[in-house]
Amino acid sequence: MADNKPIIEVKNLKEYFNINTGLFRSKPLKAVDDISFSINKGETLGLVGESGCGKTTVGRTILHLYNPTAGEIFYDGKLIKSKADIREFRKKATMVFQDPYSSLNPRMTVSDIIGEPLDVHKLCSSKKERQERILELMDYVGLNSEHAARYAHEFSGGQRQRIGIARALAVNPDFIVCDEPVSALDVSIQAQVINMFDELQEKLGLTYLFIAHDLLVVRHISDRIAVMYLGHMVELASAGEIYDHPLHPYSKSLLSAVPVPDPKAARANKRIVLSGDIPSPLNAPSGCPFRTRCAYACDRCAESMPEFKEVSPGHFVACHRADEING
Amino acid sequence: MTLLEVKNLQTSFFTDAGEVKAVNDVSFSLDRGKVLGIVGESGSGKSVTAYSIMQILAGTGKIVGGSIKLDGEELVGAGEKKMKTVRGNRISIIFQDPMTSLNPTYTIGRQLTEAIMLHTDRDRKQAYDRAVEMLRLVNINEPEKRMKQYPFEHSGGMRQRVMIAMALACEPDILIADEPTTALDVTIQAQILELMGSLQKELGMAIIMITHDLGVVAQMCDEVIVMYAGSVCERGTADEIFYNPRHEYTKGLMRSIPTADTAGTKLHPITGTPIDLLNMPKGCPFAPRCDNAMKICINHCAEPERINENHISSCWMNVKSEIESGELVLEEEGGEENG
Repeated sequence: MADNKPIIEVKNLKEYFNINTGLFRSKPLKAVDDISFSINKGETLGLVGESGCGKTTVGRTILHLYNPTAGEIFYDGKLIKSKADIREFRKKATMVFQDPYSSLNPRMTVSDIIGEPLDVHKLCSSKKERQERILELMDYVGLNSEHAARYAHEFSGGQRQRIGIARALAVNPDFIVCDEPVSALDVSIQAQVINMFDELQEKLGLTYLFIAHDLLVVRHISDRIAVMYLGHMVELASAGEIYDHPLHPYSKSLLSAVPVPDPKAARANKRIVLSGDIPSPLNAPSGCPFRTRCAYACDRCAESMPEFKEVSPGHFVACHRADEING
Repeated sequence: MTLLEVKNLQTSFFTDAGEVKAVNDVSFSLDRGKVLGIVGESGSGKSVTAYSIMQILAGTGKIVGGSIKLDGEELVGAGEKKMKTVRGNRISIIFQDPMTSLNPTYTIGRQLTEAIMLHTDRDRKQAYDRAVEMLRLVNINEPEKRMKQYPFEHSGGMRQRVMIAMALACEPDILIADEPTTALDVTIQAQILELMGSLQKELGMAIIMITHDLGVVAQMCDEVIVMYAGSVCERGTADEIFYNPRHEYTKGLMRSIPTADTAGTKLHPITGTPIDLLNMPKGCPFAPRCDNAMKICINHCAEPERINENHISSCWMNVKSEIESGELVLEEEGGEENG
């Protein structure tokens, strides 16, 4: 379903936050450090990594919710730079947030929440048109249109996430950043919402950047998957490839750490348990960010940051020793 | 040998809106050195079951029926004095959120030694030594240095290790782990599960593992209880539950998990929304969301039925399949189908 024309292109994106470390002293926290990738039209790119790896920051920076420190973001081949560009871009790119409880205003009714983007971008000429559009959106996400006048607290977690998705769809976007949209939901409800993302993509031709830490969910929904560690992208490949032939030592251990819901496989599974914790991004190690926990680390890893290069068609990895380890 | 026996446990919360039956007729037993998993979604009563065993229910919660026997000794109604000798000494608990379970204003060392002194006859010096020993046991580097630090100086995984060290300091017979890895990242979760597994073997304790993650259950547990809306749907060995689920809810749960084989296909979610515990249906609590619900399901709860030696399930579908296969013959007035 995905054609090969990139809709979003990210080039050398950097996002640094200044953290106060004392009176008159501050230090940059490199949340995202030199990341490049592209997302094709109609495709789902999964972005995985552990907390603090910068995956959410990538999503937010693409939408210019944070101003990028450096780097370029292209939408449909056009560089997004000026305020007017950003405003135009936000009609085409929206976001679904993780927490369905705090991302909806408790003082607004469902129809006001879904209608807000329509008002902001002045997409409806009359009240009647606005109301019709809201009901259409509620229908898309499987909400009962009789509930339009209710408040968010009257809904369960899964239904709230549907409201959040309807709001994201209001401007008729091409591209949606889904930031952990199902992690707050129970398994049975999670499956409902995942199926809905699938159906909406087919129906409306949407492109997703799907950020999650649950690797089973990401595997299910994504065409390609990118793995991040400490602000860097360490591996990018098609979903099947990354699960069957991960090349980066971090991807390998991350995948082997996922508990599989199958007792026999769990007993047979040889987990690669990493020692230690993720270093603080304020004191990132020199060279390769993963070297402090990597079983294959050598002197070269401390000296220089490995290049993010294509080792086979469509499979990118940033590891000095990828060839040796997997050879 | 049976270490803990829970029979027909009923726990309710008395709220302004009415009685919420959080745990409804739950029975199970736990043998020495075994790992029991309790799985279920939010509101299924899995944590309340654990809190009932420890009798640490919040203000309005009360055990209204049933019995909890530890080594043959009744704990329900045994009184606070008795429970104080059980908590920490015989049964310990670790909670989901290691960030909020530790006191931020005291050092790790002070919190650990305090717990040890409270439960044993050790003096401060001995308790300190024991605390250092425990930190070493849970694979914390430089324990002496860590003892002087505050919780905020530790990462999530470290704090959960400290919690485990504290829980195991008095060598309890049972460790209750309430979603111990839910707040942690996958690679850290793997470390903690590995640690719990090896400590369990080393110390020979029993673990009650409460989780919503079927992956964690598959990896850790010998036996599994599946709960929905306060009731036990089925219980059995891990292999039985995963490879031979005999309750419609368990089957639905297994179908809704994405796996390597489901990529590119549609998942089969359980329809509907979670149940409102204030408005419980008359029959099987899962009936309103069950695709195969029959008339009888709506009006009557199925009794727990033994499927085989290692497996008990409460689902009318089992009765139906038995009737269809001719294993079970209804008596003339039995007429359950008309009920």
